[in-house]
Amino acid sequence: MSIEVKNLKYTYNPGMPGETLALDDVSFEVHDGETIGIIGHTGSGKSTLLQHLNGLIRPDSGEVWVDGQCITDKSAKLVDVRRKVGLVFQYPEYQLFEETVAKDIAFGPRNTGIPEDQMEKRVRAAMSIVGLDYDEIAESSPFELSGGQKRRVAIAGVVAMRPSVLILDEPTAGLDPAAHDEVLAMIETINASMNMIVIFVSHNMADVARLSDRVLVMDKGKIAMQGTPREVFSHEDELSSMGLGVPPVRDILKKIKEAVPGFESDALTTDEAAEDIRKYFGLK
Amino acid sequence: MAFIEIRDLTVEFTRIAEDGSEVPGTRAIDGISLDIEQGSFVSVTGMNGSGKSTLAKCLNGLLLPTSGSVYVDGMNTRDDDKLWDIRSRVGMVFQNPDNQIVSSIVEDDVAFGPENLGIPPLEIRKRVDEALKQVGMYEHRLKGAHMLSGGQKQRVAIAGAIAMRPECIVFDEPTAMLDPMGREAVMKMILELNAEGITTILITHFMNEAAQADRMIVMQKGKVLADGAPSDIFSDLEMIDRAGLELPPLIELREKAGLPGCIMTAEDMAAELKRMKDRQDPGI
Repeated sequence: MSIEVKNLKYTYNPGMPGETLALDDVSFEVHDGETIGIIGHTGSGKSTLLQHLNGLIRPDSGEVWVDGQCITDKSAKLVDVRRKVGLVFQYPEYQLFEETVAKDIAFGPRNTGIPEDQMEKRVRAAMSIVGLDYDEIAESSPFELSGGQKRRVAIAGVVAMRPSVLILDEPTAGLDPAAHDEVLAMIETINASMNMIVIFVSHNMADVARLSDRVLVMDKGKIAMQGTPREVFSHEDELSSMGLGVPPVRDILKKIKEAVPGFESDALTTDEAAEDIRKYFGLK
Repeated sequence: MAFIEIRDLTVEFTRIAEDGSEVPGTRAIDGISLDIEQGSFVSVTGMNGSGKSTLAKCLNGLLLPTSGSVYVDGMNTRDDDKLWDIRSRVGMVFQNPDNQIVSSIVEDDVAFGPENLGIPPLEIRKRVDEALKQVGMYEHRLKGAHMLSGGQKQRVAIAGAIAMRPECIVFDEPTAMLDPMGREAVMKMILELNAEGITTILITHFMNEAAQADRMIVMQKGKVLADGAPSDIFSDLEMIDRAGLELPPLIELREKAGLPGCIMTAEDMAAELKRMKDRQDPGI
């Protein structure tokens, strides 16, 4: 299982006064089981890129290959593409509509012709993956749940389609800290237990550092940088010139490094930073 | 007398069943009493569903108490004759920038509030210009609101509140849907308005934002779980955990590295570590 994006180009409103080049020769590869974090300033082309990956937008030129199939080809069956690549939009809980949690999750699979006698099994499996208890809430109205639960129901609706690639646009936006943590843990589980490729967009640099095997940095429709979180977040000045930040702990470490010459740390999490501080300053 | 006085406030949402009978619903606010002083900066945090937004909507009579009372500058929000007075004193800024822009042109949107207060046109012109300059959106005054980024829309929404010259502004998760730069710009605006003497109430899930207030209120299941200076709130680790909150990254790092509890900013931490280093190397 892999994704290959080759020389993707896309222009909004071509030939009109509002013409905008949204994607400018974007190429990258994603390998089996990888988690990819995409960061970029508002308007850098992140969402446009995501929509190319399951055929919601067709490029002006360039190709997207998923699992050896060219999905940008005119003959590609988009139903197959969307079964393979599940896309979770921003604030997906706004799209919940059914009377019960189970019915809402079953909506996608039912539309792709999954037989009814297999449905409960599907829904149970999807709920278990996102960490929801079937016996407890399957028959509840999705609108009675907490914010974090609603979001996981919405994600379960996509997971129930058994995609090989899961794409999430800002999966933790607007959640309280506890729900935020639940959703992060869920993404880790999905990636690990199903060996699914996960691609997510986030403005939260601490999340990006925690989840990503690799980070893609988008700027003005191009991929400006890519690498492991540690590599990418070491280019603080370049990121800042693109209107991007680093995980908050980096800003704290920067102040310490300025005050104490000789202290070094490339920590991305508070755990790593605390370890470096204890070592250097001889704290117990 | 405090600017806002909340006395034994309870808010229940009742449901109307299909046969027309009332079903007792959730108690969103459960017997809260609070005083909010003129000119103060109060942040309110708590999990999704803890009652924060319900509380906010009680502060200018968008919601009325099921029992108990809310007084704004001595006026009861139940008093129909005072409702306009109350709303011109307490402005609101909500989470979703797209839900609170009412006009297609930026300056018309800012003028909407003052127009409805019956202010003379010349005075409206003056207030709109001043408000837009204050939030740094004056150059965009003739643009279509749909052309703006989320952070810019949110600043226009703030300008709309300022143009009504309120004594207090309630911000209900104003930065939740913004990217890091938009978030920073809005937070800076909030601090400036408070410095000018506007009583500020900020509801947020971001602990680093909540920590910038003079006073923090932590809510849980419709009750006030804790109320105090951010430094005190964030030293009660057991309560933070119980409330489903998290520590701001700086305090998390301080605790993990075992540094003194008086450290509240990155500058404090850098200075403290420098002192420690100087003591360890007295020769240098």
